[in-house]
Amino acid sequence: MKKFGGACLFLDRNDINTDEIIPAKYLTENSKLALKPFMLEDLSLPGFDPSSPATRAAKVIVTRQNFGCGSSREHAVWVFEVNDINVVIGESFARIFRQNMFNCGMLAIELPAADIEALFASRPAEIMVDLVKGQVIASGATKKIYPFTLNSFDRDLVTAGGWLVYADQKY
Amino acid sequence: MGQTITEKIFAAHHRDNPSGDNVVLDIDVVMCHEITTPIAINDLLERGMDRVFDPTKIKAVIDHVTPSKDSKTATQAKILRDWAKRQGIKDFFDIGANGVCHALFPEKGFIRPGNTVIMGDSHTCTHGAFGAFAAGVGTTDLEVGILKGVCSFRTPQTIKVTINGSLPAGVYAKDVILHIIKELTVKGATDKIMEFVGPVVESMTMESRMTLCNMAIEAGATCGVCLPDRVTAQYLWPFIKDQYGDLDKAVTDFTKWHSDPDAVFAREISFDITNLTPQVTYGYKPDEVKDITAMAGTRIDQVYIGSCTNGRLEDLREAARILAGRTIAPGVRGILSPATPKIYNEALAEGLIGQFMAAGFCVTNPTCGACLGMSNGVLATGEVCASTTNRNFNGRMGKGGMVHLMSPLSAAAAAVTGVITDPRTYL
Ligand code: SF4
Repeated sequence: MKKFGGACLFLDRNDINTDEIIPAKYLTENSKLALKPFMLEDLSLPGFDPSSPATRAAKVIVTRQNFGCGSSREHAVWVFEVNDINVVIGESFARIFRQNMFNCGMLAIELPAADIEALFASRPAEIMVDLVKGQVIASGATKKIYPFTLNSFDRDLVTAGGWLVYADQKY
Repeated sequence: MGQTITEKIFAAHHRDNPSGDNVVLDIDVVMCHEITTPIAINDLLERGMDRVFDPTKIKAVIDHVTPSKDSKTATQAKILRDWAKRQGIKDFFDIGANGVCHALFPEKGFIRPGNTVIMGDSHTCTHGAFGAFAAGVGTTDLEVGILKGVCSFRTPQTIKVTINGSLPAGVYAKDVILHIIKELTVKGATDKIMEFVGPVVESMTMESRMTLCNMAIEAGATCGVCLPDRVTAQYLWPFIKDQYGDLDKAVTDFTKWHSDPDAVFAREISFDITNLTPQVTYGYKPDEVKDITAMAGTRIDQVYIGSCTNGRLEDLREAARILAGRTIAPGVRGILSPATPKIYNEALAEGLIGQFMAAGFCVTNPTCGACLGMSNGVLATGEVCASTTNRNFNGRMGKGGMVHLMSPLSAAAAAVTGVITDPRTYL
């Protein structure tokens, strides 16, 4: 199974929308890889630099409520995928973004508000996800384990490697 | 226990329960445009699965950037065009016949009560106005829809939104939905269906119902839905008259898609809009909404009338009420984009296009264009647009630009004065 986890990027805001994750002007690209340089280009968050080494090195995003709202563009998931980010942890997600993540075999993990608060307070450098145990493991001086549950279908999609493979076998 | 309309549609299209919370449905209509479909097509080609489940159930249009503005958009259009031809998709709309998907497909009669509809476009919720379950999906869902004719959803939960009272002069479906989104917030309906009922909805035209359902996604909803009735049957009549013969028969048949009196809702909210004033957004989220009087005097650079929200004939008629015999304020740019060729033609025949042009508007061909900041009126940094579209996200109509969402009447008033203006002063 794929490895889920690594260096963390903290996006401390609610309602980060798909236009901020990947602006519409890049939707004319016909390859996922071409999106790579433009991740979070229009994010409005004080102090955030889309091209900083910390942003580019991230493997996990931690955010707040309603992440990925707005457009249906799966480009908002692919731009993370091609930047080697395959986990987004938040308090809640917009439906289409969440479904697109699992459809691509990636993880959109919902944690309770208090756990998200604790993650923002401790800002661990690295987070690993244990899919079998259902644990988000924050490493470093403040090592801590946050349990999560996944819908069994979403888990099956991740195991299968996405909805296309799953659906092709089953329907 | 009674069922909601959505539960009835789900039951009628049930294919599988991959888990207790998830349902896989058979899809009646899979709609495609040139922004989100080409990557699905290319992926199917790469996997050696270049097939479609049923070419008659797939509808495709080039609408977001048309005519193509550069090589990249030309390539996207070509991928869709070649695919439609290769797969024998007859309902494909290209230059001369194309228009904004959520305005074009309904006027072709493609969406019927009780249908399941998906598209790689978040405003697919618009089609719920016909008593259908219509949801925006990503490219992978679209790809599976094209290949297999199925899509997965969570078990539906519905918010019943009752709209009481009557629409005051100068107040429209757009003002009503902006007001509802303000109350619900941008995440208030996430994973829910918004079912719009009540006397105001019953007396609305299909165009207005589409405006209402169009913005359900802005509250996070999976779909907006209206119960199909006589208004729905009249709109669809040219397409269903052979099937029913008599309008009353269609109206009676449609009631099978009405929610039962004892249906269970996740939440019920109601609004009395008798005293509602025109509404406008002030920030970068569609729930940041104020009475227009509170925003009056805000300077604008551009007015955009068009899109799947408010680019239909009745929208153009309302805007023209103010524009007729007046001109745009100096320094303001007015752009009208009728949403489909049919609307464009009818507006020409009614003299509306002439009125817009006499007022100083530029009239574009039917396309999404500036709505998503891709062509035909992209904003420069610091510029402000009074717009009849549905999204005011930061950068939506161009990096650094600001968008104020409002009704066509309010947009026309802003065009004339150059500032956000209460349109009721012109009625
Ligand atoms: S008009 Fe705007 S919101 Fe509607 S489909 Fe086109 S881009 Fe999307």
